[in-house]
Amino acid sequence: MTRATIDEVWAWLAEVPDPEIPAISLVDLGIIRAVDWDGDTLAVTVTPTYSGCPATSLINFEIERALREHGVEKIALKRQISPPWTTDWLSEEGRAKLEAYGIAPPQPAGGPDKCPHCGGTNVERISQFGSTPCKAQWRCKDCLEPFDYFKCI
Amino acid sequence: MDTALFEFCLRMGDNTLVLGHRVSEWCGHAPVLEEDIALANTALDLIGQTQFWLGLAGEVEGKGRDADTLAFRRDAWDFRSVLLVEQPNGDFGQTMMRQFLFDAWQSLMLDRLKDSSDVRVKAIAEKASKEVAYHLDRSRDTVVGLGDGTAESHSRMQAALDKLYPYVGELFGADEIDAEIAERGIAPLPADLRGAYDALIADIMAEATLTIPDSRWTHTGGRDGTRHSEHLGHMLTEMQWLQRAYPDARW
Ligand SMILES: [Zn+2]
Repeated sequence: MTRATIDEVWAWLAEVPDPEIPAISLVDLGIIRAVDWDGDTLAVTVTPTYSGCPATSLINFEIERALREHGVEKIALKRQISPPWTTDWLSEEGRAKLEAYGIAPPQPAGGPDKCPHCGGTNVERISQFGSTPCKAQWRCKDCLEPFDYFKCI
Repeated sequence: MDTALFEFCLRMGDNTLVLGHRVSEWCGHAPVLEEDIALANTALDLIGQTQFWLGLAGEVEGKGRDADTLAFRRDAWDFRSVLLVEQPNGDFGQTMMRQFLFDAWQSLMLDRLKDSSDVRVKAIAEKASKEVAYHLDRSRDTVVGLGDGTAESHSRMQAALDKLYPYVGELFGADEIDAEIAERGIAPLPADLRGAYDALIADIMAEATLTIPDSRWTHTGGRDGTRHSEHLGHMLTEMQWLQRAYPDARW
């Protein structure tokens, strides 16, 4: 087959959902750092969100599966930890998708600016940690609903 | 083989491995759900950091041992973790005191490792220090909250500090490996971190209304593997059981 262009590969990867937060894609999450052809091998560089994120191996599996579905035969996945992942790499689109899904997007202030359900600003932290390494638990005192906050790192 | 760098990576990685396993023992047992989740997430970060440190150790050693082999196929005397991290969990307060005493040291160490002359060490430190800053926030708040809490929580936290403080000094030990690593600009001499560490814990213990023991006397023998406590062996029998019963098992 002819080699797909780098832009095409990025578009394919933008369709791969994050296994733990399927509302956003791996590209939205900012963990795909590079895509390059090395001869007939497609090299994809991935950075982990958290050191021990249990989704890491599943993410690699999903990337490989998506690329194979598009006919890529030789794939090299590279892990890169420097520079470390930061929530600044979340795309604007990803932030909007998170909020629509009910997860407050990260804020430099260290806490959500508003409740993703009702938009109320009267919010408080329940716990620094949540259901996945990248989230914390908060609660809205206006609508009384708990919600996840995507930690800012 | 670069023995000093290999040993240094083991010291970093065995600390996070042993503490990560200890903290994971809380999974399903913590006093409230939020704490259970927080402890499990902390353990996960520590075990993730272990994969980096022991992965690098294996690479430096060059004998084909990966992080899993180093974690699951070494016996107690080959571990280079400090005695502090292998101490049993005790009650929740003791676990959080141990966590704070370690987090405070680890955050100072990683901060300095961000300037390491070894790019691989530097990369791990940049990654891990973000997570450890978060751990420190939480363990510090918990120590203050429980120390300056009820009479019961205060007395438990004081007992935890009295019990664990005699293990703190080992974090600042110095031998020829530390000297060589510092000489090469890979890491600071552990002793150089003591001033900042003492200042940090003095602040927090004052806020927590807890009294730091007078004596600086310390247990040693973990980070050089000469005299681990009996607790490490018991922990390893559980942690390594599957890999020892079924060598090369995969799933
Ligand atoms: Zn609300």
